Amino acid sequence: MVDTDTALRVRGLRKKYGDLIAVDGLDLDVRRGEVFALLGPNGAGKTTTVEICEGYRSRDEGEVTVLGADPARAERGGRQARLWRSRVGIVLQSGTESGELTVREIVQHYASCYPRRRDTGEVLAAVGLSEKAGARLRQLSGGQRRRLDVALGIVGRPELLFLDEPTTGFDPEARRRFWDLICGLSHDGTTILLTTHYLDEAEALADRVTVIADGRIQATGTPAELGGRDTAMATVTWHDEEGRRSVQTGTPARTVAELAARFGGEIPRLTVTRPSLEDTYLTLIRAPQGSAQDGARR
Amino acid sequence: MTAITQVGHRSLSGQVSLPSTVRLGISRSVLEIKSFFRRKERVAFTFALPVVLQVIFGAIFSGKVPGTNVPYREYFTCGIIAVGIVTTTFTNLGIGIVAERDDGTLKRLAGTPMPKTAYFIGKAVSGLVVSVLETAILLVIGVAFLGLSVPHSPARWFTFAWVFVLSVVAFSLLGVAVSGLASSSQSAPVVLQFPYLVLSFISGVYFVYGSLPRVIQDVAAVFPLKWLCQGLRSVFLPGGFARAEPAHSWQHGEIALVLGAWVVASLVVCVRTFRWQGRDEAR
Repeated sequence: MVDTDTALRVRGLRKKYGDLIAVDGLDLDVRRGEVFALLGPNGAGKTTTVEICEGYRSRDEGEVTVLGADPARAERGGRQARLWRSRVGIVLQSGTESGELTVREIVQHYASCYPRRRDTGEVLAAVGLSEKAGARLRQLSGGQRRRLDVALGIVGRPELLFLDEPTTGFDPEARRRFWDLICGLSHDGTTILLTTHYLDEAEALADRVTVIADGRIQATGTPAELGGRDTAMATVTWHDEEGRRSVQTGTPARTVAELAARFGGEIPRLTVTRPSLEDTYLTLIRAPQGSAQDGARR
Repeated sequence: MTAITQVGHRSLSGQVSLPSTVRLGISRSVLEIKSFFRRKERVAFTFALPVVLQVIFGAIFSGKVPGTNVPYREYFTCGIIAVGIVTTTFTNLGIGIVAERDDGTLKRLAGTPMPKTAYFIGKAVSGLVVSVLETAILLVIGVAFLGLSVPHSPARWFTFAWVFVLSVVAFSLLGVAVSGLASSSQSAPVVLQFPYLVLSFISGVYFVYGSLPRVIQDVAAVFPLKWLCQGLRSVFLPGGFARAEPAHSWQHGEIALVLGAWVVASLVVCVRTFRWQGRDEAR
């Protein structure tokens, strides 16, 4: 164990499917205890990257270390692989456990695989499925099934939890509740690697965000700083007798002060904005950068 | 979120103790058996097929196996019991595994510390339980309506036991092995029924094995169903019938050898080729 502060480390990861390059030289560092979000459009290489880190897929090139071990060795089985598996929690994009077992039975069964398992009742309470504990899996709604997926992912008390687009198909209220759950897990010290399409989700949950497109990193940073958001020009808009006016400025406070002086008090319909995470994200994925590290910040 | 307490164990040395494969195998077995019996229509049809075959054949055919004193009904009842074992193990398990691979259940299991062996144990045990029930039902019908006699010597019960267990294990493992050939749950029933249907016509289930052309006999003798049928005949038919078999004996040694070889071969194939994921995934 060279670096005990790093939960996941990826260097120069490459993966091709036939002629299609899915991941093209990716570097990632996820620190212990942080919530790290991987953002990117469909086909950007998010799921491929995550599945390589989970030990589900082989890679063509690069180094991957997850909790001190190479996930490619998980396939071989044996005690070491099982111990590693017991420290990693996985919520797949397409978990569709179905059938005639009850929610409690399936959670208990998965719990029985782990050495440091959580109590079934508490896990069900955490994901909001206590009332459904006796229901058959086939009777669950899509959102409930997804929460069951999460329950199965955390029942082994993982040190590192992978969440691949966990809230796709949730209604807004269910998403909020899910976010609370993730915050709670993170608070308990679980490291979380999340992929998502939703920028508000990344903004609400993630300590750091990486945007990938075309299999490469476009930017990394905190949600507030991503792609230079924090230092980007602000847009000041207001209305005067000629209608709507707007300027881009690096010194919005001065602009506002000047306007206030001109209007002798309140400025009609004043707004000051910086690029939203969505604006930044769309700029980043519209013009993918050839080299990986542009815009990366500490 | 509510506070979550820790269950599970750490040994004195501070080493994390993983649950044993046997315990997980038992846990899987219970789960498999529950899932099977809660699917009412699947239970009904699994058990009904051989019973209906038995009843139809019993109604159509009378008479004796040529050159012997043994009623044909008793002969094919042995075959139908064999078919019951094959459908509850080979076909059922194979189709079930492909469905679990399709819907992501296997992929999820692969992401847990559960060993593959525990999964196989669950399949084999549930196959065994269902086969025992199926066989019991067919035996009751055979004895009550088709003139089959219950084995009267301990030696015959012993033969019944080992032939049954060896076959259940062989056909369960074969189901797992062949499940790898089906690319999706749509193709699974065809892939798994094809070998079973073909073999059932050439292995002495519906037709008397000794009356089949020599070439067909030789082909059937490579596969386990012929030996299972022959083993069951040695349990349920009069001892003298052995002379009417092509080998003029029950060939218990050969039965054990061939079934055992299929167990080993399919175990090797299972361990080497079993995939948790679909073929286009995990590349």
